[in-house]
Amino acid sequence: MIVPLVMTLYFSTVRYNLMQPGEHAFVGLENFEFFVTDPGFGPAVLNTLLLLGSVIVATVVLGIGLALLVHEPFPGRGLVRVLLISPFFVMPTVNALLWKHMMMNPIYGVLAEVWRFFGAAPVDWLTEHPLFSVIVMISWQWLPFACLIFITSLQSLDREQMEAARMDGANALQRLWYLVLPHLARPVAVVVMIEMIFLMSVFAEIYTTTGGGPGHASTNVAFLIYTQALLSFDVGVASAGALFAVLLANIAAVFLIRLVGKNLDR
Amino acid sequence: MRRTFPTVLVARTLASWGAALLVFFPLFWLGLTAFKTELQAIAVPPQLLFEPTLDNFGEVQARSDYLLHAKNSLVTSVASTLLGLLIAAPAAYSMAFFRTQRTRDLLMWMLSTKMMPAVGALVPIYVLAQTSGLLDTLSGLTIVFTLSNLPILVWMLYSCFKDIPPDILEAARMDGATLWSEFRHVVLPLSVGGFASAGLLCLVLSWNEAFWSLNLSAANAGTLAALIASYSSPEGLFWAKLSAASLLAVAPIVVFGWFCQKQLVQGLTFGAVK
Repeated sequence: MIVPLVMTLYFSTVRYNLMQPGEHAFVGLENFEFFVTDPGFGPAVLNTLLLLGSVIVATVVLGIGLALLVHEPFPGRGLVRVLLISPFFVMPTVNALLWKHMMMNPIYGVLAEVWRFFGAAPVDWLTEHPLFSVIVMISWQWLPFACLIFITSLQSLDREQMEAARMDGANALQRLWYLVLPHLARPVAVVVMIEMIFLMSVFAEIYTTTGGGPGHASTNVAFLIYTQALLSFDVGVASAGALFAVLLANIAAVFLIRLVGKNLDR
Repeated sequence: MRRTFPTVLVARTLASWGAALLVFFPLFWLGLTAFKTELQAIAVPPQLLFEPTLDNFGEVQARSDYLLHAKNSLVTSVASTLLGLLIAAPAAYSMAFFRTQRTRDLLMWMLSTKMMPAVGALVPIYVLAQTSGLLDTLSGLTIVFTLSNLPILVWMLYSCFKDIPPDILEAARMDGATLWSEFRHVVLPLSVGGFASAGLLCLVLSWNEAFWSLNLSAANAGTLAALIASYSSPEGLFWAKLSAASLLAVAPIVVFGWFCQKQLVQGLTFGAVK
């Protein structure tokens, strides 16, 4: 892990463009300046945060809802669970293609048909709402994960305590607010942490669906670096971008330690 | 025990099934499309009833040797899982049982490398792979997969080891157990579950890994994820075949996941949720 990091560090300070071989002049921090002033930089940082935030909120809220729904026994619960968690195992590339072609296609996609059924004009999701589309795909993939963890956690909820609260006249909403949600604080922290780790560098979904566009509408930091490295062949700037991403990741990590580290590491 | 009113039960059953079917629907549709002809696949309105055909699967194998890619996926994910566990175990062991002030920072730092976009390290790793002749080889991919999963593995094993009461180890040491026999007879049996779930997650992640296999492999060592990604280029605009290939790529690991969901929960939460 260290070797690539050091090499990245080195590359980030030289002018290294694959289109101009042989020239490796030391340029100091120029690459960083280049990366930060790239017109895509602002949108990319914003998109990364938006994506992270909305997927986390969506999966946590829906995950808790679903977990509460399937918590108590009902016919076919085992099968429901199996169906619910399946998307988690789907590879990101398949996830992206599946949504792009079969769900969100404005002509023969399933969503278009649903829209027509209700008499609305089908939406060209990936062109009109690119970032939102990516968020939907990724939420679909991570919802099962959140759900699975909340289901597991609910099983350890103290039944007698719930019963006692009911006896004392607490209604369903009060029980949810004062007993269930505090019990879920820890799993929520876990879900937030793990999703942060994986979602900072979302790549495959964007690569296979929108290609970061239109414009920079769905470009995140990872994808911006990719375009720098492989489309403009500029290794120096790409390396600078990667280091910036590491910095971002470490800020997030420090923030995480404050937020959940305590919670995890008694 | 309180009794649930029948109406509540019915409502909950319906709502749960509705939600589950909704979540599962895209996958169901993928499976359905895999058995359609190309014309049926892009029919408007989308067809639910049709005469299934198996042609797509033959086509997929004929076009790009699905079986070779499947074998590559299997080899790299199993090998990188085993290798990863082998490396992570001693690291996690020393962190869990010989803690220092810095241990927690080190763990967090390791985890934060996971947040760095893989593209950032692409060029250095590409150059390394090229100079050592590991480009487009299974061993090259295995090594990269192992390294990229290592932070998660170490963390998972660490939290699993930490749950082992130190007294037991103390006792074993008093009885004169060597480091190896302590590990072999005390730590290992107590953390089989942790090993299983860490390995499982690693297996899933390696199987689904697309970025590295796309960039570091070509005809020889391409995995299923790389195969599917290659279908995304405009020349491969055949939805039915695409669905067939995707179904074949996803099915093994999804079915595998169904059977192992309990293990996975334990591992994924780093033992923090019981």
